[in-house]
Amino acid sequence: MSAQYPTTWRRPPQIIQDRRLRIGLQIAVLAYLVLAFGSIEVNWQRVSEGLERGQRFVMGFLQPDFTSRWRDISQGLIESLTMTLTSTVVGVLISVPIGIGAARNLVPRPVYLVCRSIVAVSRSLQEVIVAIFLVAMFGFGPFAGFLTLTFATIGFIAKLLADDIEEIDETQAEAIRATGASWFQLLNYAIQPQVMPRLIGLSLYRLDINFRESAVIGIVGAGGIGATLNTAIDRYEYDSAGAILLIVIAIVMVAEYGSSYLRKFLQ
Amino acid sequence: MLELISLSKTYRTGDAALSDVSLQVPKGQIVGLIGPSGAGKSTLIRCINRLVEPSSGEILLGGASLVSLGGSELRQQRRRIGMIFQEYALVERLTVMENVLSGRLGYVPFWRSFLRRYEAADIQRAYQLLDRVGLLQHANKRADALSGGQRQRVGIARALAQDPDLLLVDEPTASLDPKTSRQIMRLLTEICEERNLPAIVNIHDVPLARQFMQRIVGLRAGQVVFDNSPEALTEDALTQIYGAEDWDAMRKADSDQAEAESDAIRQLAEVTA
Repeated sequence: MSAQYPTTWRRPPQIIQDRRLRIGLQIAVLAYLVLAFGSIEVNWQRVSEGLERGQRFVMGFLQPDFTSRWRDISQGLIESLTMTLTSTVVGVLISVPIGIGAARNLVPRPVYLVCRSIVAVSRSLQEVIVAIFLVAMFGFGPFAGFLTLTFATIGFIAKLLADDIEEIDETQAEAIRATGASWFQLLNYAIQPQVMPRLIGLSLYRLDINFRESAVIGIVGAGGIGATLNTAIDRYEYDSAGAILLIVIAIVMVAEYGSSYLRKFLQ
Repeated sequence: MLELISLSKTYRTGDAALSDVSLQVPKGQIVGLIGPSGAGKSTLIRCINRLVEPSSGEILLGGASLVSLGGSELRQQRRRIGMIFQEYALVERLTVMENVLSGRLGYVPFWRSFLRRYEAADIQRAYQLLDRVGLLQHANKRADALSGGQRQRVGIARALAQDPDLLLVDEPTASLDPKTSRQIMRLLTEICEERNLPAIVNIHDVPLARQFMQRIVGLRAGQVVFDNSPEALTEDALTQIYGAEDWDAMRKADSDQAEAESDAIRQLAEVTA
């Protein structure tokens, strides 16, 4: 009986059924890959010089110098931390109403479209580009950094909050609406309890993203520890730069661990 | 008294969920609404408090028309209609007390509800209702800490906190075990009797409807096909509401399956050949 059934089975092609087209596409992709690798020009002499410079950098990293530039470092750190905290708080405060407005199930369509476009603009511009623009507008220093991070926070929090509101349990909202509640009461009694834990979690997560970003945007002149790092590298003081990087890594790790612990606690 | 006059609802997809439904529910009467899935039971209930907008027809609650209202007038009428839901629809992260007090939202200004500063009378009443449904000692627990039957009793207390003139009850026992279902139905009927409240109860369970309802309305494809006392709900009436169990169709399905099987054998033969 069992002899009637085939004993071999091969998975049939799922995406492209035609055999010739499939093989043709595979060859085309391979050819493109080979050509693309071929077009990368590598200047080996420059690489060997660079390796030496990289080695000095790594040596500096291994012998970090916290003391000789400590005043600059501590000032940069305080600036960065101030920038991080203020921009997160202001950013979250602004993004809550925008996030509510960008939730399709709560607001009329025009409001939704306006809020979603604010989110889209904020998300489409990378922090470094915004920072360059704002530094040009407001000059060097932490104020431009504060504005940049606030702007980036709005896109991040508002989008994720809006998505979360759109995925709430609708029956709970329906029940509150059925009591004769007004729109604000609906928000306070049906939406807020459902999205609050996530909003707090996202804000904490954004706090630690903002600290990391503050180190990056400092390099383009927006103040903070990034500016200090940039100066150190420009002066070829790799030992000080190493010290700064180690401090940044330590703070990010502390923030990461702290915020994930807090988020777990809040669930 | 609640009066529906040729109420119709056609969804934007073109599905006619209700067509020309007219009903009168006098004070204190408990009406069981039965019918197959998709007959329009949920739509009918939600049209009454305008969670779903009716396409045409008239809804009168104690003489006040509910159809053309908007904004604050609609909210003032909604607070007269208590609603109880299938999956309880409690706000799970709020406390039991907050859930009961949310029944007062239509009566209090925003700042009171926001600060949870309800009037003394409201709070006293909420405690009284929790005591009535036997949950006084659970007032400060979060709603998601309760069992299914307990949650549904909180749902009942919330609806009663509205001081309603009408109760809409949507499948109150669909997610409960048989014993708890009976307890909940008994509680509901007692409460309606105490307060002389009219109620419309969507219900899947026909024996339960027979046992607890004073009147049964059968809905099929958006139309009322039965409206009588539970005693009149005979096998014939049930067939009229739910349709005959169609053995012929099942036999047809069986022969389809047999055909599919023989087809598969033929294909297999081709593969092995």
